[in-house]
Amino acid sequence: MEVLIQLAFIGLLLLVGLVFGRMAEKRHYRDIERREAELADLLVFNERTPPADRPIREATLVVGSVVIGEDYFKRMAAALKGLVGGRLTAYESLMDRGRREAILRMKEAARARGARSVFNVRFETASLSEAHVGARPMFSAEFIAYGTALID
Amino acid sequence: MELSNLEVIPGRRVLRHLGLVQGSTVRSKHAGRDIMAGLKNIVGGELKGYTELLIEAREEAIARMVAQAQSVGANAVINVRFSTSNITSGAAEVMAYGTAVFAE
Repeated sequence: MEVLIQLAFIGLLLLVGLVFGRMAEKRHYRDIERREAELADLLVFNERTPPADRPIREATLVVGSVVIGEDYFKRMAAALKGLVGGRLTAYESLMDRGRREAILRMKEAARARGARSVFNVRFETASLSEAHVGARPMFSAEFIAYGTALID
Repeated sequence: MELSNLEVIPGRRVLRHLGLVQGSTVRSKHAGRDIMAGLKNIVGGELKGYTELLIEAREEAIARMVAQAQSVGANAVINVRFSTSNITSGAAEVMAYGTAVFAE
């Protein structure tokens, strides 16, 4: 009986993760695409130095960051896929969302200051596996994008 | 104090390099945030509590770096870099470092 209750609990978590996680991911991707289109004219470079002939009034550091966590379904899917190895699509979309969100927030910070381009963009990713659900900690990661916004 | 992660300050000449400056802070979340994040983790997505926590931590690290730069007489920090590391489960160190310079 106890085993059944436990199984039901895990099943419920999986279902919640699958339904709400999937919904949240779709919504997030729509949001990312809309904002990316809005900010498409703000140019981002990872070149170290801006062209010397450009007149620049001000250069300032801008940072964008976000912490994204996995959902219960992704965790289970990745654990199963991990048995055979290969592409972990569940995590690929997670990392993609996180990094694009960080870039967007950096661009929004640059736009707020009236910049038209950001140079020397660097990325940083740190894994923060903390909140425990069951034996294995749930995975979450922080994504940072930063660079120097040029205001001309 | 001007901050930039370029190696130069566009349009200004660096007169003196004053060496490496850095600032760091270690933060842990309080229990309430952790429980909320734990619940949020079931459905996934952005963990806003943690995002805010790490933004606050980064601002603190930058402020400490700037204070150090001021104490050596700099008016700008160039080539700024960030790094975050997970020390133990529940605590993260956020660090900012760069080169303190005096520019015209």
